Amino acid sequence: MAYEPFNTLKSSAVPLPIENVDTDQIIPARFLKATERTGFGDNLFRDWRYNPDNTPKSDFVLNNPMYVGKILVGGKNFGSGSSREHAAWAVYDYGFRCVVSSFFADIFKNNCLNIGVLPVQVTPEFLAHIFEAIESDPKATFTVDLPGQTISIDTTGATCSFDINGYKKNNMLHGFDDIDFLISQSNQIDTFAAQSPL
Amino acid sequence: MAKTLFDKVWDAHVVHSIENGPDVLFIDRHMVHEVTSPVAFLGLKQRGIRVKFPERTFATADHNTPTINQHLPVEDPLSANQLAMLEQNAREHGISYWGLGHQKNGIVHVVGPEYGITLPGATIVCGDSHTSTHGAFGAIAFGIGTSEVEMVLSTQCIMQPKPKSMRINITGSLQKGVTPKDVALYIISQLTTSGATGYFVEYAGPVFSEMSMEGRMTVCNLSIEMGARGGMIAPDQKTFDYVSGREFAPKGQDFDKAMNYWSTLYSDSDASFDKEYTFDGNQIEPMITYGTNPGMGLGISQHIPMAQSLDGGVATYKKSLGYMDFHEGDAMLGKKVDYVFIGSCTNGRIEDFRSFASIVRGRKKADHVTAWLVPGSHLVAQSIKEEGLLEVFEAAGFTLREPGCSACLAMNDDKIPAGKYAVSTSNRNFEGRQGPGARTLLASPLVAAAAAVTGHVTDPRTLL
Ligand code: SF4
Repeated sequence: MAYEPFNTLKSSAVPLPIENVDTDQIIPARFLKATERTGFGDNLFRDWRYNPDNTPKSDFVLNNPMYVGKILVGGKNFGSGSSREHAAWAVYDYGFRCVVSSFFADIFKNNCLNIGVLPVQVTPEFLAHIFEAIESDPKATFTVDLPGQTISIDTTGATCSFDINGYKKNNMLHGFDDIDFLISQSNQIDTFAAQSPL
Repeated sequence: MAKTLFDKVWDAHVVHSIENGPDVLFIDRHMVHEVTSPVAFLGLKQRGIRVKFPERTFATADHNTPTINQHLPVEDPLSANQLAMLEQNAREHGISYWGLGHQKNGIVHVVGPEYGITLPGATIVCGDSHTSTHGAFGAIAFGIGTSEVEMVLSTQCIMQPKPKSMRINITGSLQKGVTPKDVALYIISQLTTSGATGYFVEYAGPVFSEMSMEGRMTVCNLSIEMGARGGMIAPDQKTFDYVSGREFAPKGQDFDKAMNYWSTLYSDSDASFDKEYTFDGNQIEPMITYGTNPGMGLGISQHIPMAQSLDGGVATYKKSLGYMDFHEGDAMLGKKVDYVFIGSCTNGRIEDFRSFASIVRGRKKADHVTAWLVPGSHLVAQSIKEEGLLEVFEAAGFTLREPGCSACLAMNDDKIPAGKYAVSTSNRNFEGRQGPGARTLLASPLVAAAAAVTGHVTDPRTLL
């Protein structure tokens, strides 16, 4: 899927200091019945965000107008659980372009990279600083610099670098997806398939 | 150079390596289901391309299907639409399609092995994280996202950085009443839900060599619950015997040729792993979970840990116990159970129903327990009938439903009501996984059976 290229992002952030946030919380299974990829943002964190009668839960961060921004900051082991890419779509569709945590589950991280959400893995200490910065000022901004592979807390100037593999980084910077690349490898794939019995 | 089992299979499938980037990995066999594939097919349409190797893709409907009255039209319009889309996409692209009611229909990870789609040394993917199940045959099998489903449909490849390697050895042997599910829950409780993130696991040691293919599938299935991409077990004679004669497995000379190759699939004795763990199988008890991730498990006779005994994460821990309405220090034995679910790609195979039957035989279902017995496939259902287990279940007050994922993810009507406790043989106890507000205790079919007949958490060893 084509998505907006990602270069640098300066934004306030939404804090979710919970560990092991799993994909069933990000998007519960009953919302996976769509056959298109739009509209998932409405159900992002559905059961944490709404009561069973669909009224918003006032104590959940997405219902607090103080916290807005394109960056979602989660606790350790964010995105564990199912392979549903719908979780990443919901994050994107809601308006986030970047998720920050001290640790990501593999498939979720991969899915994010494939659809244009940048997963930024920082040290546990830096994650704590981010939460502190948001706590002292919900409007605090952060700068995510993909070319330089850093994230900074604008108010304090503190910076942390993050890893991303060079190929994925290039894709993100240009909004490319893997299929274009794979299709360009067609001949090699055909040769390979011919000698690989079913 | 010495290679691990994983290296051997992976390296044999690399079409191209990108410097400082992922490998282009060829996928031998691809399984699709109705939930994670529609957007991928839509992507193909938008690009104006077709499925490259339709004979390598197999479609089954399972996640969203009812488990009663499958002969009637599906009531929920959204589910019906997804099922119709799968059928249409499969037909349009010439893919084998085993829809609702088809004799070969069932949970994707149950039917794959049953029909010989799963083979040693193969690369297998599916848009479902428990694709790791197929690793039981010495395949590299893992779950992928929908963008990757689209990659495989369009090019038969995906792009993956090679994961790190981990070996988990279990020594000794298992005590009576301890099943493969307990082994897996035990390992996850030791490693935590993220302990194997970034790794591909090989399970080794006498406990796994002794284990049946069904048991190996249960263990590999749960690899993802400790964060691993997948898990695998070196194929042996048991594996070859299981595969032999199955519909999509090689036949005759092709089989012999394949077997020669499969016999080379093991970790060289001097191969090294990035991480290695060894546990003593004799120490493992029947397990049960008490929290909201699969790492929160303990021996059934133990008590829920005190928050102060943990290193960090206390707020998350308390939130989890709050959701379960359990308390630090509580004993698990004796906790009241409202629902029992036996099924899913973790424990929905014939051996699991045999094990469930071994306890319910001659006993009665507890009156207040609602039990859902959901076979993983029609073939499993057929064996249940042929082996006389159905009579055992019915005599004890249970009924058998039709195959599907069912209460494993509760996308259909099989939802545990809010606040109720379910002992479930599935794989995830996340908040709301089995229905909004549902409280899940993961356990083996034996523990599930013991709960079903007593109405509370009971040590199955006292009933064997
Ligand atoms: S049974 Fe559960 S885990 Fe297995 S394929 Fe179905 S939904 Fe996924």
